Amino acid sequence: MGKTTGFIDFERNSAPYRDAGARMLDFREIYTEHDVSQLTDQGARCMDCGVPFCQADDGCPIHNLIPEWNDLVYRDRWRDALDRLHKTNNFPEFTGRVCPAPCEGSCCLAVIEPAVTIKNIECAIVDRGFEENWIKANPPLQRTGKKVAVVGSGPAGLSAAARAAELDRANESTIPSYVLLESHSAHAKTIQRYQVGKHVMAEPGYLTLRSDCEFQAGTREAVLDQWLADIDRGQVNIRNDAEVTRISGSKGAFSLALKNGDELEAENVVLAIGLEGSPRKIGTPGEDLPLVQYHLEDPKAFRDEVIVVIGAGDSAIENVLGLAASKNHVYIINRREEFSRAKEGNLALILAAISDPAVAVDCLYGSNVNSVIETPDADEPLAISLNTLEGEVTIACHRVIARLGGVPPRRFVEGAGVSFPNERPDAIPELSRTYETDVAGIYIIGSLAGYPLIKQAMNQGYDVIEYINGNDVEPADYPLLHNQFHCLPFEREPRDVLDLFQRRIPFFSRLNALTFRELILESNVVVTYRAGELLDAAVQQCETLDASLADLPQIPRSAKVIAAGEYLYREGEYASSFFTIVEGEVVLETQGQADVQLSRGRFFGEGSLISGRPRQESARAEGTCILVETPRRIMVKLFNSNEDVRQGVDWIFIVRELKRHFAPDATFDELREVSSQVVLRSFNAGEVLFEAGDIGDSLHIVRRGSVSLQRGVGDRAATVVELRSGQLVGEMALMGDSNRRERAIATVATETIELKRPEFLALMRLNAGNLDGLQNLVSRKLVKTTQMETRPESGGILDFLLSEGLGEATDTLIIDEQLCIGCNNCERACAETHDGLSRLDRAAGKSFANIHVPIACRHCEHPHCMKDCPPDAIHRAPGGQVFIDDTCIGCGNCEVNCPYDAIRMSYPAAEKPSLLRWMLFGHGPGPGEPDAYDGMKNDPEVQQKGKRAVKCDACVNEASGPACVRACPTGAARRIAPEQFIELLG
Amino acid sequence: MFDNIMRVRNYRYFWWCMGSIVVAVGVFATQTSSNEPANGGTWQGLVLGVWAALLIVWLTLLGVRKRSYRFRLGTVQDWTSLHVYLGVGVLVVATLHAGLQFGWNVHTLAYVLMFAVIISGVVGLFTYLSYPRRIADNQQGQNRSQLFGELYELNQQGIKTARSCGPEVQTAAISGIQRTAIGGGVLSQLFARDLSRFETLDGVQQPNPHQAPLIDLVSKRIPRADKHDEVTALQDLLVILCRRQAVIERLRKDIRLQGWLQAWLYVHVPLTAATLTAVVVHILVTFIYW
Ligand code: HEM
Ligand code: HEM
Repeated sequence: MGKTTGFIDFERNSAPYRDAGARMLDFREIYTEHDVSQLTDQGARCMDCGVPFCQADDGCPIHNLIPEWNDLVYRDRWRDALDRLHKTNNFPEFTGRVCPAPCEGSCCLAVIEPAVTIKNIECAIVDRGFEENWIKANPPLQRTGKKVAVVGSGPAGLSAAARAAELDRANESTIPSYVLLESHSAHAKTIQRYQVGKHVMAEPGYLTLRSDCEFQAGTREAVLDQWLADIDRGQVNIRNDAEVTRISGSKGAFSLALKNGDELEAENVVLAIGLEGSPRKIGTPGEDLPLVQYHLEDPKAFRDEVIVVIGAGDSAIENVLGLAASKNHVYIINRREEFSRAKEGNLALILAAISDPAVAVDCLYGSNVNSVIETPDADEPLAISLNTLEGEVTIACHRVIARLGGVPPRRFVEGAGVSFPNERPDAIPELSRTYETDVAGIYIIGSLAGYPLIKQAMNQGYDVIEYINGNDVEPADYPLLHNQFHCLPFEREPRDVLDLFQRRIPFFSRLNALTFRELILESNVVVTYRAGELLDAAVQQCETLDASLADLPQIPRSAKVIAAGEYLYREGEYASSFFTIVEGEVVLETQGQADVQLSRGRFFGEGSLISGRPRQESARAEGTCILVETPRRIMVKLFNSNEDVRQGVDWIFIVRELKRHFAPDATFDELREVSSQVVLRSFNAGEVLFEAGDIGDSLHIVRRGSVSLQRGVGDRAATVVELRSGQLVGEMALMGDSNRRERAIATVATETIELKRPEFLALMRLNAGNLDGLQNLVSRKLVKTTQMETRPESGGILDFLLSEGLGEATDTLIIDEQLCIGCNNCERACAETHDGLSRLDRAAGKSFANIHVPIACRHCEHPHCMKDCPPDAIHRAPGGQVFIDDTCIGCGNCEVNCPYDAIRMSYPAAEKPSLLRWMLFGHGPGPGEPDAYDGMKNDPEVQQKGKRAVKCDACVNEASGPACVRACPTGAARRIAPEQFIELLG
Repeated sequence: MFDNIMRVRNYRYFWWCMGSIVVAVGVFATQTSSNEPANGGTWQGLVLGVWAALLIVWLTLLGVRKRSYRFRLGTVQDWTSLHVYLGVGVLVVATLHAGLQFGWNVHTLAYVLMFAVIISGVVGLFTYLSYPRRIADNQQGQNRSQLFGELYELNQQGIKTARSCGPEVQTAAISGIQRTAIGGGVLSQLFARDLSRFETLDGVQQPNPHQAPLIDLVSKRIPRADKHDEVTALQDLLVILCRRQAVIERLRKDIRLQGWLQAWLYVHVPLTAATLTAVVVHILVTFIYW
């Protein structure tokens, strides 16, 4: 502080503005020129306070060293002042002009006098710097020059990096132009976490691999070793333990912040981080200590240790039980006071373990972690401090395992600026044909992009690097399109056909090219010809193609040719695919009557797609047509990534449903107005649509799922009727009786179309004639519900059946306990007709009023098992049977997804000995004897192949029908469709 | 709920059987005109004999049909229903064939064996029609493995509670739990014999039918206990033992009923084999000595 009395000697004198009149004529600086002598005086006013509030938190947000350069200016040492200023501030030329100067607001002098003119001084310093040429550009000494940063070293990322390495080699560049970042200590984290020896499949068999890394089906170890060898051979520039925490910047200059504080630059970023996400950390000091781990591969690896497990979910509980079983002393830290998130089985087990003094498991409820520290104690090297209900507790332990779930990668991706189409948990960001996101320069491949299979992911890794390098390669699956377009009435390059298709279907014209291509790849192209030479030629062509494909390990989709006038599907058939018309005309018929005629660009089949029920109409192709038939799975994926398509299909569904129920003769245009007024509602299982006694002013059309109506209150409440998709709920409210008589509950996850009074009246006006039919329907239903109410025992049975999931079932095995002699011939029949493995468990399952629902597949309307099957191995036959084909990769998703335990993972059964060998030598199981697959468990070949999912297929392939039912000697077992429920009610 | 074996398809197979009996009686009736008394040697007798023999072969084939899981003609229930009716029907046919002539010979042996098969079949049918309901009522929605699971739980609790009781009760209860016998040999299963025991302090084994003596012992101890803690423990133990008793009874009954459902087949099938052999011998014999 040069002049101690400066603040007394000088008044504040800030630089004045230029004359406003003059300023109006130009765009220049608004201040007058700096007056150097005056500025040194102003600098002297600074008191060099002990606590410089100007540079503290409520002053300068970037903590400029204000008192220092004030002083330097007073001493006329401008060069030094500039250096001090640049120390904290890159752009004083801006902040000196436009900063609102909170420093001056917090200046101590301002308590009694006007503040020091800090902003003027700052501006003057930097202007002087430019004048004197002191300021020079300061480019980085060494640029990383990375063209691509690949994040995640799973199959997709690894393949991308290997491709980049190969291109570098071709360009003879010695410094890698890319970097592969892996958060884990080794490549392919997800596969590293597979259980030891697990078999990794290479589906789909018909897709060729295009990658600089190799891959074929084999054990987890073989696959990982192969990739490690590929990394070595290709000298892939991989950086392990490099977790990317943030991506910022834009194409050409992205900056990736790493966990350890490093920053990396890259022109492009390829995200191949999969879907698993990173484990949620404890969030307290010590969370990254080496003995604090976030997963547990093998509980048997630890013995006689004190281990603290944090978390209350299923994985935490399973770890605790596993660790306790191998003689460790385990503490489980539960943030809440109960295990509310755990599965029932796990809950019972953990509670038993906690209360059993013989098992070394202790639970600390209502507890949070304070910190984890390392202690010098070699025996128990960690100390974890906890806030418990009884105050602070410290536990000395060997290791801490936190199982707090994962942070889904979505937020990380969004953090880089990439947007998702909607809030659904399974939303997929929209990608261009080259896998680029809406942030130019950021690419997404692999399962995060919606491609869960390894081979697909590896191919994408290869392609994306080619795209980034400006090579517009045709994707590896291009030949597949050739097959699909084989029998079209014209010949063109697949790329052009795709273009043509997309232009012809207005509904899809706004999809991006990648999505559309994927849609076609996964769809059937159906071509119809009028009977005659052309048809014969096409059929011939098709057969030749099929014959040439038949040798492949797995047969790819080929073209499908049918004769004009044939049915695409018939009323009552189970199918949920969605059709779009590229060319030609299709007639929809209900009950044999032609109903609607659809032409080019229109679509149909959405009813079953959404409701999961059999087809409500038959569809017949007229003349020469080209149709695209898309499976439900792909449509659902499309819905999740594209809001327009979802809304479009929803809208048509509503219109067709309104037309069917209320206004059969109305045109689409007439219905447009009303259909935009109705609301789509969705309810979770157990949620109430409306209560008895409510005043209602709307009705619901069930769109999917099922709704049960209950009468009576409290314990005496009984279900009187169950309504499925396509049926009306609460229509009485709009037909005279606005008092709700029943309580309506969704028995499974349910969606409805809600129709309010005005829209209902509008519909009635459109079509007065149909009121009659509707009224008849209502009368019939009233009789039924009232009759049911007078028979409470039937209601009890209905409740039981619904609680057993029959609300969404299409075909359920029911056993009459009054007839069942327990001979298990049903199970044997099942095993004998299904590779030696029974798919039903007769004795298990619940019973009520002599009705037994054994553990067996219910063939749900929307099969839970089909939800995420990576190889798409689960299908539904036209008769409704849900079955698993040979392409199952044994991932176990379906087993987990089935709420009825109807799927189990199993090794194949041992081969049956011949009758003679069995009789003479007692080899293996005899005819009709239960499976003995235990024998195969130790067979190395079988182990190599791994387990497969097995479930009931309702004997789709048995001409004579379900074997279990046919084999029951007393007629106790029967398969029941929803329409037959009423028979069970007695 | 569903139709039982007798009622299948509106008694269709009953009518089939009646039809065949009427025809058989008709054939038999044509015999009276001749001077030869009705017997297996007339042409009518032969027709009836062949008819009876074919029926027996077909009845035996049920065992094959039951295990041909891909067979298309009729369900096993259809077959069993027809089996039951024709099984009784064959008695009429065979009797008519023999012309009501019986003696101490191999022919009558075949007849008697067949009769025994039929009796056993009727017994089996009775169990099929009435036991399942009794089993279900007894199980009350819990299947056998669940019942065993519950018993296991109760045993664990019982042993734990017994540990805090006096030495007499402790030895009796723990040994009583460990020496509870359920099932056992064929006869024990079928007649629900109870071979359970428990041990007294001096190492003597006492029979413990229906767990009653043990429960008795514990209940007698309660008013005589001197410590408050022991009283509560004893009372807890009593509750557990009584619940055990109920579960064990249910299990035993389940085993007994299920046992009978199967046991009759062990008579029915071997006798079938014997009948077939005897019939073959009968046919050979008649052809040789005729
Ligand atoms: C191919 C089939 C059969 C043939 C050809 C046959 C033939 C005969 C003949 C020829 C007789 C008269 C013998 C005599 O008068 O000495 C006879 C008697 C008899 N047959 Fe058969 N039979 C047949 C099947 C059966 C069957 C299935 C049964 C019953 C299980 C049966 C039970 C008898 C009896 C009980 C007699 C009377 C014996 C007696 O007179 O003491 N037969 N059979
Ligand atoms: C000569 C007459 C008969 C013969 C040769 C015969 C033979 C057989 C045979 C071979 C079986 C198969 C057993 C198995 O493989 O498990 C069987 C089952 C059975 N028979 Fe007979 N049977 C006869 C009469 C009857 C009669 C009269 C009845 C009842 C009124 C009857 C009721 C049954 C029943 C209920 C079964 C069990 C079906 C099952 O559990 O699958 N049988 N019989």
